[in-house]
Order: sequence, then structure tokens, then C-alpha cells
Amino acid sequence: MNILFELFCTFFKIGLFTFGGGYAMISIIENTCVEKKKWITSDEMINMTVIAESTPGPIAINCSTYVGFKKKGILGAIASTLGVVLPSFIIIFIISMFLDNFLEIKFVASAFKGIKVAVGILIVDAAVKMFSKLKKDAVTVIICLSAFGILFVFDIFSLHISSVILLCLAAVVSFSVYVIGKARKDGGK
Amino acid sequence: MIYLQLFLGFLKVGLFAFGGAYAAIPFIREVVLSYGWLSDEMVTYIIAVSESTPGPIMVNMATYVGATEGGILGAALATFAVVLPAFIIILLIMVIFRSLLKNQYFSAVLAGLQPCIIGIIGATGAYMIYKNVLFETAGVISLDIKTLVLTLLLVAAYTAVIKFFKKRVSPIIFIIVSAVAGVFVYGI
Repeated sequence: MNILFELFCTFFKIGLFTFGGGYAMISIIENTCVEKKKWITSDEMINMTVIAESTPGPIAINCSTYVGFKKKGILGAIASTLGVVLPSFIIIFIISMFLDNFLEIKFVASAFKGIKVAVGILIVDAAVKMFSKLKKDAVTVIICLSAFGILFVFDIFSLHISSVILLCLAAVVSFSVYVIGKARKDGGK
Repeated sequence: MIYLQLFLGFLKVGLFAFGGAYAAIPFIREVVLSYGWLSDEMVTYIIAVSESTPGPIMVNMATYVGATEGGILGAALATFAVVLPAFIIILLIMVIFRSLLKNQYFSAVLAGLQPCIIGIIGATGAYMIYKNVLFETAGVISLDIKTLVLTLLLVAAYTAVIKFFKKRVSPIIFIIVSAVAGVFVYGI
């Protein structure tokens, strides 16, 4: 199959099932692009997520552009981004034209409540998988657990902390540890 | 000129909406209200619709506003505009990223960002489960038994497939199964 067409179809499928915020798709991307098709490595996938979170725009767009560009340059990026956007475009367009009471359809509400349960599980599972593949040392494990703890506690008490702030803190900590370690090594010589 | 306004308005949303869908909502609301495209009530409605349909909230918002203000062309333009900044920024980053990776200081920073994002993802998922199972009405937190049972059943099914069939669970099939289960549990 033509790679452009394959990128388009794969991301169309991903776009169709990206419920409940961008992180839901991380699990699907992990399953298709890393495990099945081997388009990107697990390490690249984590880097991609870091980039997606620190740049503007929806994670879905960031990820599809990243994978598409890596596979087939600018045309690949266009094919996969178009693919990821199209399902929601079609669905919302239809809703905006014909359905004024979309949310009052009981069937949709029930199905979505079920989906929300699944998405939470999938996101936690994606994080666990990524953690198991991470190169672990004292610093990375502490950063990971602190980020988890801080964000979860803030969320529970309905306080807001931007993930960008957490990423900046992690960058500062990791950078300092590296520079201090390097200075010590150089000093010891 | 409504088309130009739609394009510029959603270009702004795409360019400045950082930190995931939920962090971006206040900013999106502000832009959409400032152009007078939607009432506050409509914004809330579309956010709720977005949560029950696939796709990023800001893309859904762009499509919806574009469609109501300028038909299919308006929808296409607004959606294109909201996607464009992220698309271009990622392309630029990917071009410089490879050379940056060779820099030891950048690698040191990245080594800290990687575990951090994993923690963030884990917390987002854990909080989503927490919010599904416990709900708050007028300051009193109560347990949603139906959802708790459904959560436990789905976790059990998920781990059982991995353990006993040594197969990976397709997230898409898992989502479809959960949607069907939702209809059974919560009714039609």
C-alpha cells in the first residue's frame, strides 16, 4: 500500500477514536505506530509527547505531523494530519448542521460514559508502559513520581498547575544534576 | 469579511493554546466570545459535545463555529487555521531536533523531561478514573457504584487478555467494547 495512503488511513482511525483529550491517543499511537507498524521507536514516542506538550496546538496534531514527517517528509505530515482531523471535522459538521439536541440522546451519553472509563484505564496503562521502557536512575524515577504526585494532588483539590510548569521544573532539576555531576568529575581529575 | 475573521481568530487559538485541551479552554472561550461568534452558554454546550465526540476540543470548536458562521467553507477554513500553527511548529522543531540531540546539555534537559511527561500522563489518567468513580454534589463526595463496577470489570478484562492470551489489547477494540458496555450499564 502506498505509504501516504497508509499514513492517512492509520491517522484517520486514530482520529476517530481520540476521545477524552489528547492523551487517549497516546495509547492508540503506541499500539499502532510503535508496536505494529514500527514507524517510530518507544524513545521517539516519549520525545514526541514532550514536544507536543511544550508546543501550542492539540497533541493529536503535533503527533500526526511528527510521525507523518518522519515517514515521508512534508507530504507524509500533510497526509497524516489531514487523516487525524477529518473524522472530527465530519462528525462536528454534521452535528452543527442537523443535531441541536445531541447531548440529550441517552444512547450517546451512556456509550460515552463507558468510553470515559476505558480512556482512563488506557491512559494509565500507556504511562505504565512508557515508565517500564524508561532508562531508570534515581533522578528520573524521582522526577516521574513527583510529577505524578504533584499533578494528581493538584487535580484532586481542583487547583490548577500547568503541565508546562512541571516540565520546566523537571528540565531545571535534570540540567542542574548533570552540570553539578560534570563539575564534580572535572574537579576530581 | 467573515472568512478572514474566522481564519485569523482560529489561527490565534491554534498559536497560543498551550498545554493540552483543558488548559486551553479559557483562552478559546475568550477568543470565541470576543468575536461574538458564540454565547457563553453555547461555548459550554460545544465543550460538552466535544467531550462526547472524537478529536481535539479546539478543532471541534473551530469546525462548529466555522460551520455555523460560514457553512462548509467556513468550517474548512477555521479548522485549517486552528491546525496550521501546530503543524508548522512541529516541522520546524523536527528539523532542528536531530542536531539538538547531539548537544550534551540538551540531552540532560530531555532526560528530565521524559520522566516528567510520563508522570503527567499517569496523573491525567489516574485523575480521570478518580473523577469517573467519585463525584461531587454540593461539596459531598459520593461513590458511583455502577462506574466502579464497570471500571473493575474493564480492568479485569484488559489484564486477563494480556495474561492468558498473551496478546496486546487493541485500544480501539477496548474503546468499542466499553461503549457497548456503557449502553448496557447506564441504559438507552
